[in-house]
Order: sequence, then structure tokens, then C-alpha cells
Amino acid sequence: MSDTVTPPRSFQEIILRLQTYWASKGCAVLQPYDMEVGAGTFHPATTLRSLGSQPWVAAYVQPSRRPTDGRYGENPNRLQHYYQYQVLIKPSPPDLQELYLGSLAAIGVDMAVHDIRFVEDDWESPTLGAWGLGWEVWCDGMEVSQFTYFQQVGGHDCHPVSGELTYGLERLAMYILGVDHVMDMPFNDPQTPIALSYGDIFKQTEEEYARWNFDVANTEVLLRHFEEAEAECKSILDQAHDDAKTGKRIIMAHPAYDQCIKASHIFNLLDARGVISVTERQAYIGRVRALAKQCADAFVQTRAGGWQPGDAA
Amino acid sequence: MPDLLIELFSEEIPARMQKRAGEDLQKLVTNGLVEAGLTYASAAAFTTPRRLTLTVEGVLDKSPTTREERKGPKADAPEKAIKGFLRGAGLTRDQVEERETPKGNVLFAVIEKPGRPAAEIIAEVLEATIRNFPWPKSMRWGTGALKWVRPLHSILCILTDDAGHSVVPGEVDGITFGDTTEGHRFMAPGRFAVTSFDDYSAKLARARVMLDASERANTIWNDATNAAFANGLEVVEDKGLLAEVAGLVEWPVVLMGKIGDDFLDLPPEVLQTSMKEHQKFFSVRNPKTGRIERFITVANRETADSGATILAGNEKVLSARLADAKFFWENDLRTVRDVGLEGMAKPLADVTFHNKLGSQAERVARIEALARELAPVVGAKPDLAAEAARIVKADLASEMVYEFPELQGIMGKYYAEAAGHDDGVPEACGEHYSPLGPSDDVPTAPVSVAVALADKLDTLTGFWAIDEKPTGSKDPFALRRAALGVARLVLENGVSLKLTEQLSASVWPQLDLSRAELRNWIADQNIPEAENALKFWLQSWAKADGERSLLWQRARDSRSELEKLKDEKLDADKVLAEIMFVHDKILEDLLAFFHDRLKVYLRDQGIRHDIIDACIAMPQNDDLTLLVKRAKALSETLATDDGENLIQGFKRANNILTQAEEADGVEYSYGADIKFAEEPQETALFEALDTAEAKIAPAMEAQDFTSAMSAMATLRGPIDAFFEAVQINAENQTVRRNRLNLLSRIRTLCLSVADLTKVEG
Repeated sequence: MSDTVTPPRSFQEIILRLQTYWASKGCAVLQPYDMEVGAGTFHPATTLRSLGSQPWVAAYVQPSRRPTDGRYGENPNRLQHYYQYQVLIKPSPPDLQELYLGSLAAIGVDMAVHDIRFVEDDWESPTLGAWGLGWEVWCDGMEVSQFTYFQQVGGHDCHPVSGELTYGLERLAMYILGVDHVMDMPFNDPQTPIALSYGDIFKQTEEEYARWNFDVANTEVLLRHFEEAEAECKSILDQAHDDAKTGKRIIMAHPAYDQCIKASHIFNLLDARGVISVTERQAYIGRVRALAKQCADAFVQTRAGGWQPGDAA
Repeated sequence: MPDLLIELFSEEIPARMQKRAGEDLQKLVTNGLVEAGLTYASAAAFTTPRRLTLTVEGVLDKSPTTREERKGPKADAPEKAIKGFLRGAGLTRDQVEERETPKGNVLFAVIEKPGRPAAEIIAEVLEATIRNFPWPKSMRWGTGALKWVRPLHSILCILTDDAGHSVVPGEVDGITFGDTTEGHRFMAPGRFAVTSFDDYSAKLARARVMLDASERANTIWNDATNAAFANGLEVVEDKGLLAEVAGLVEWPVVLMGKIGDDFLDLPPEVLQTSMKEHQKFFSVRNPKTGRIERFITVANRETADSGATILAGNEKVLSARLADAKFFWENDLRTVRDVGLEGMAKPLADVTFHNKLGSQAERVARIEALARELAPVVGAKPDLAAEAARIVKADLASEMVYEFPELQGIMGKYYAEAAGHDDGVPEACGEHYSPLGPSDDVPTAPVSVAVALADKLDTLTGFWAIDEKPTGSKDPFALRRAALGVARLVLENGVSLKLTEQLSASVWPQLDLSRAELRNWIADQNIPEAENALKFWLQSWAKADGERSLLWQRARDSRSELEKLKDEKLDADKVLAEIMFVHDKILEDLLAFFHDRLKVYLRDQGIRHDIIDACIAMPQNDDLTLLVKRAKALSETLATDDGENLIQGFKRANNILTQAEEADGVEYSYGADIKFAEEPQETALFEALDTAEAKIAPAMEAQDFTSAMSAMATLRGPIDAFFEAVQINAENQTVRRNRLNLLSRIRTLCLSVADLTKVEG
């Protein structure tokens, strides 16, 4: 762990090193999920794959959106669109903490001068009906990762237990690169002829989305979309398990889960528009959770979810 | 005798759970040992973020042999009974004795349990302890089934005596007991073996682990105060934070950092909250100015650069946090300057307080009306109370409170000042949530009291009107706290408040809110809900005569809407009666709730529940100040010898009288006449009653319960003497009736003070 590592020079180098590191530890390096999500956990590679008995080991970058965190690109640390790095290993290996610390060393955190701490932070996602125990990992007082042992997802007990690591990439990278404002952070190699900063790529989009999220998004349309996604999710799951056309057992857990993701993101947008009251929030969250639960119920009926021919239908 | 050392080594244990876990480990293991016959000399538990450690000194090396004698059935008892006895004892027929007893020959079994080696017992006790450990929250990991607070990695369990140490053979869920542990995760990685507790603690100290949490806390506090003192500053004491931080490190290193100049003007509460909640920093204050100028952070390691990198990192994080806070603060101040707190509060119109109780803005309007009404009762100017009520919730719409909900009220005060409010209005913003618990300070400034009361009464009547009362341990809207808050506000400010009237005034608008729902339900053709809503709506129509024309208008609207309801005929009179019933029921129920809270509160002050019951049974029981005054006076009186005996006399009189009344089928309340008195003690009682009555009546009139009750207590002697000397059931019926009527005077007089039938003993 005390091997000296050359410091990374850009945001993307940190991502690439994480990819290399986790690939070397046996992870399937996946690509981001192609939908708007609030966090890497929403990727079906985490939510659904943490269910059932099948072993799993995956790592990926996930662009994430939190409309209420938009600051028009002005706040040095807050973004409505940012990146998370996500690792999910099922069953959680006994040396997961060491593996994690190894990843920090790989991206240039010198353990000899920094103060790394595991501070209690029990993770709960009311929208996913999921919870786990773990920590936020602090580096010199800054939260750089979330470390969770999943206990329940979509209302199902996790057997075996998955270990989940989530890195807030911008924050972590800014710290390692010694940058004070996210928009100033080098995205590619700063020595390269066309050097791009994070701001070159995202400053304008942060402004655009912040304006849309806070003031323009058509709430009536969004409310309708929410209802539609909810209805579609239920209707997908209401279909018979056996497909009439192919005669195969095809439970459409993933398409249904897409609708759940959609509903969740629309809820976040409505929240940013300020049209959801404190008490209504609970009701909306409950509706998304009900969808997530039904998707989880469906997934464990599939092969990837551990179902085998001969099991009860 | 050997010493036992146990260490349960795991991934990081939440700080808040460590102390209790150490105590539980000690309790469970030592109880288990003692139950199995292994006594010991002393025990101590220690905790760090990664380990629970228990040392037990002077443990017996084996449990003593025990002999138990069991008596069985008679020797000639049926086969079945004898077999059962033998099975229970684990013996055969020839192993039990037959003894002669007065009842004949009886079987006796002598069961001898040989002592067991300590290691065997320890292994069992430790396994049971681990499997049943009472963590507040525990988890599984990997493929295992064992539950622990975080993954458990190793179990050290050794017995040490003069001859050396030995590992206790055992395992739990695949973790075999051993004699090794680890030091500091970063400063001294790697496992090492230990031979005894002394060896263990010495090696841990070398491996940069301070085993004792109180030693870590002391180190932190001493180093922190020294660092602050050296700079002419002081650390803001926070015991909870200190204990937590001591649970986050195995090797505490105190570092003092600077707060950027840009942030020094933020309100101290904002700095403190942000630093504590987010960063677990101590605040460091300049004692001259009261300003918070620095922070203390506690790292978990020493570094070659003496913590410079760590401190720089922490300062950076804090700057980012405070930049956020400053951004919120400045935005909020701009809002307040531009549009005032009323303007800031505008979005509350779109924020639902509760879906059956309307928006926050509607709630504020109700609180305003109520505060205005309450103001004269608590000595506040109605206009000021209303002004305060209009803005007290405004900070809920501020950015700062959105980020730090715990600053609600506190920010309201700052913003109210910034908006130019004065005359106690900013203080009311800051204090109107108080008191938050049984020991929280109660506001005394009149405007604050008015708004604090209005806020809580509105909450209570609202949730009662929609039937969301606390049940068992569930009280999601903190209604018990609200009721206790009202009681303490009233009592500690000596306010005489007719609670029923205020509650009634507050219930009507709550019920009226359903009108909006009525429209929705009619639109949805939801007949049963619409009927309910109509019921609620009709009552406001029936009540407010003064606004007849407006209400008629509303009546017509709703009528025409109701026309659309098919097959639904509602009888308005019946509906109205139903509504009044609901109203009365809510009030009755709420008042009982207040009385329950009051009982709990007064019990803690040493007033018995039966004494309170005796006072609750009296009129004007909705004036809590009066009620408590009565209860305190009664409690004091009953604490005297006269008072205690008077109760006996009263009960005796009451019992005799009640029995006679039941037997005779009449009520003896005609007034006794002294001319039929035969005994001197009887005459004396007449006189004593006259004297007491003359004192009690005016004292009660003046609500001087102490005087009334001490006058009542003077009756003790005459009543006792009367019962001693006088036979109630005299042969002469006139004399008997007169005596019963005399008892009736005792009863009436005593009951005018408090319902003594409810007093126990």
C-alpha cells in the first residue's frame, strides 16, 4: 500500500486507473447505464444483480443526475450532473476494505500522509426499498466514497451479501488533483495540445440544465410522464411469464425496471421544480418503491436472479 | 487462577455503539461464566473502532462439582411416573435411593454434576455471546449467516496463568479462536500474537492503539484545550461530540485549523452546526468576542509532515461546506431584504403541511388567528403576536434551513432581525418551537409564549381532527411533546388558560379545511368521503352566525355541487348533530390527552397520579395552572399526618354513607341538625364542620387551595373522635338519619375541595 504511485494528472486518468485497478481485481468493467439515474446504485448491474444467489463482480462509471443540486456551474463542488464510480461484488470478499484502500493508493492517495477513516453511514434508499450497513469513507475529513454491505434490496433479503463501493468521482479527483473549483479540473491530460477542463465540457450544460430543472421543466408533462411510467411498469410485470410468440419463459424484469428508473428520475425533477411538498414526497417515494419492489420480485423469478427450471413458477 | 482475555476484532464499529457494546460484552460473558459456576475476581471491558476487548481476572480453572437431590414419586407409584422421573434425572432404577418418609417409601435421585474445565465453559459462553449480541443494528456479510455490527474478522480468546497462556479452543461461524490481533490499520499493519492482557495492551500501545476510550477522550480534550489556550482561545465544550470522536480513532492526533476569513461573520450556530454535523469538528471560540474563529479536528494517525496534509485537506473541506452555508445565508438575507419574511414565506402556500390539514400557509393563518386570541391571556400585544405568527415559519422556506433543518427557528430569528422586526418578534421566531422536551427551557417573553402556544395547539387540534393520534410507541408528529409543551408553557408562566375554549376555537378551522377536500371528492364521485366532508363543512356553516351571508353563499355552492351526487340524500340536522358530536369528542379526547401528559410530567415532580386524578375530577380542569395548583396543595396536605388520616376518615364516612344510601334507597343530603346531636363528639363535629366550611368556601372562591385544604385537614381530629365515640346506626331512626346527614356534610365539604374518592390508601 505504501508503493509510491505517480500522481494522476487528469480526471480521466483517475477514472482509467480505477478501471484498470478493478479489472485487475477481477471485475467485469461495464459501461454506464443508458438512462438518467440519480446514482450508480440504480444501474441494474447493482440493483438487480445484488439480488439472488448468482455471484457477481462488476465495476463501472455511472453518470448521475440530481436536479436539486444544480448551481449553474458556479458552486465549486455541486453539480446536477456528475459521475460516480461503482463496484459491486457478490458475495462480499473478506478483504474488501483492503481492496478498496488499494484502489485509493492506485489513484495516488499516499496513505502515509492522509487520514483515512470509516465513519458510520448506514445506507438506505427509500425509493429502492433497499438498505445496507457500512460507512462513508473520509479522506482528511472529506467523504470520498460510500462503502455498503447490502442487506436488503427491493424488499428482498440479500443472500449472499453484496459489497458495494461508490466513489464520488469529481470530489475525489479534485482532492487528488488539488483543484478548488470543479470547473477548473483538467479533464484530459493538461499537457495535451487541446487540453479540456471539466468546465470546458460541462459549464454550459450545468447552466442549461439548472435553468430547465428549476424553472422551465413542464411540471404537468412530468407529472403525466410519472403516471405513465408507473402504469407501464405495472403493465409489463402483469404479462404472463411465458411469451406467446417464442414459447419461452421471458419475464421482462429489466424493461419494467427501466420504467421504475424513469419514474424515479421524473420524481427528482418534480422535486427540483419545488412542486412536491414534504408529505407528498413520501407518497411519491412510496410509489417508486412499490415499482422497485415489483421489479425485484420479477427479477428473482429470472435465471439471472437465481431462478432455475424446476423452481416454482 | 487463570486470567481470561477476549478480543472481538471487526471492521469499524459505529462510534455511538461502542460504549454500550463493551458493557454488553462484559455483562454477557461474566454472567454466562458465573451461571456455569465460574466465578472471577474482576473484569473490565475496552473498545476501539475495530475491537471489543474484555479482560477477566482470577477465573476459576474449573467449575465446582455440584450435587443435586431430587425427590421423586413413591416407590410403589405407577410404572409411568417412575419412568418419567428416571428419564428426567438421567438415571436408572438401581441408581436412585428409596427412603422412608411419613408418606411411605419415596424415590430420591442424587445427581452429581462433575465440574468442567474453564476453557470448555468459556468457549460455549463466548459463542452464545457472539451469536446473541444485542447490537442496535447488525448485518450479515459474504455468504455467512452470522450477524455482527460489521464483518467480524478474528476472535482472540486466551487463558493465561503462571505456566503461560493457551488459546481457548473454539470457533464461531468459521472464525477459529486464536491469540493474535492487529494494531493500527495504517501505522502498524500486520498481526501479532499476545500472551496476556498486559502483553496485549503493551503491544497495542506500541502498535499505535490506545485501547481505553476514556484515555482517548482525555487525550483529545487535553490536547484540544491546550492548543486553543496557546492561541488565547477556548474549545466549545461538547461531550457528545467528544465521545463520538474518541470512538472514531484508535490513535488520536489533535489538529487545530483556521476558518477562512470569509466565513467568520456567519452566525455562530451556523458555523457550529456545519462543523459538527458534517465534519465532527470542535468549535474554537474567541472568549473576548464570542466569535468562533478556529476548529479542532482529530486525526487517526501521526504523519511525517505532522499532519500538515491532513489539516490542509480538512480546511479545504470546511471551506467548501461553509461556502455552501454562506451562499445560503447571503441568498436568504437578500430575499429578506427584498421581500421581507412574508415574502420569504410565500412558497409555503405550495408546501403541504399534511395532506388532510392543508398547506403550511394555511397553517400559518390558523396560528396567526390563534396567537392573536391568546395574546391578551399571556400579556402580549395581539398585533405583535399576529405579526410574529405570520413570519415564524418563514425560515422553513429559507435555503439555510433546507440544508440544516436543525437550524429552524434560529435562522428565523436572524432573518427577522435582518428584516427589521423587533419588540420580541425575532425572539418569538427563535423560541416558538420550545420547549422541545421535558428539560428544554420554556420561553417567557409574552409574544414567544403566545406563538409557541398557538403553534402547538394548532398541531394538536389538527391531528386530532383527522384522527392521527399517537398510539403506543408511535408518535410520528411528536404530539406528546406538543401537549407537554403547552402544559409547561402554561404552568411555568403561570398562565390561566381555559384550554377547552382555545381548543374549540382551534378545532373549527381544522374541520373546515375539509371543504377543499369536499370538492375533490365530489369530482371523484367519492360518496362516503364527500359525506364526511359535508359533515365537517356544515358545522362551520352552523356555527358562525356573524358571517351568515358569506356562509350562505358557500352553502349554495356546495348544495349545487351536492345535487350532482346521485342517490345521496343527507339530512342536514342529523349531519349537524353528528358534527357537534365529533367536535365534542375531539375536545374531550384532547383534554384527556393533556391530562395524561400532565400526569407523567407531575409524577416526575413527585406528585402521585391518584392525587392528580382527584383534581382532574373537579370543575375547571381545563385550566392546567389551576389544576396543578390544586394538585400541589392536595399533595402537600396529604403529606401531613392530619391530611393522611383525614383521608381515612373521609373514606370511612363515605363508605358508611354510600352503603346506607344504597340500603335505604335515599340520598342523605337534607342537612343535619345539631339539635339531634347526642354525644359531645357529635356536637364538636358539627362545630368543626361549621368552622371549616366558613373557611373553605371563601378560600375555594379565591382559588386558595392551600388554605382550603389545611382547613379541611383540621377536620381530622373531630372526625376521628366522632367515629371513636359515636355509633352511626343508632336505634333511634331520627338520630341515625341525622348522623348520616352529618356524614353527608363531611362528604360534600371534602368533595368541594377535590375528589378524595380517587385518592388511594
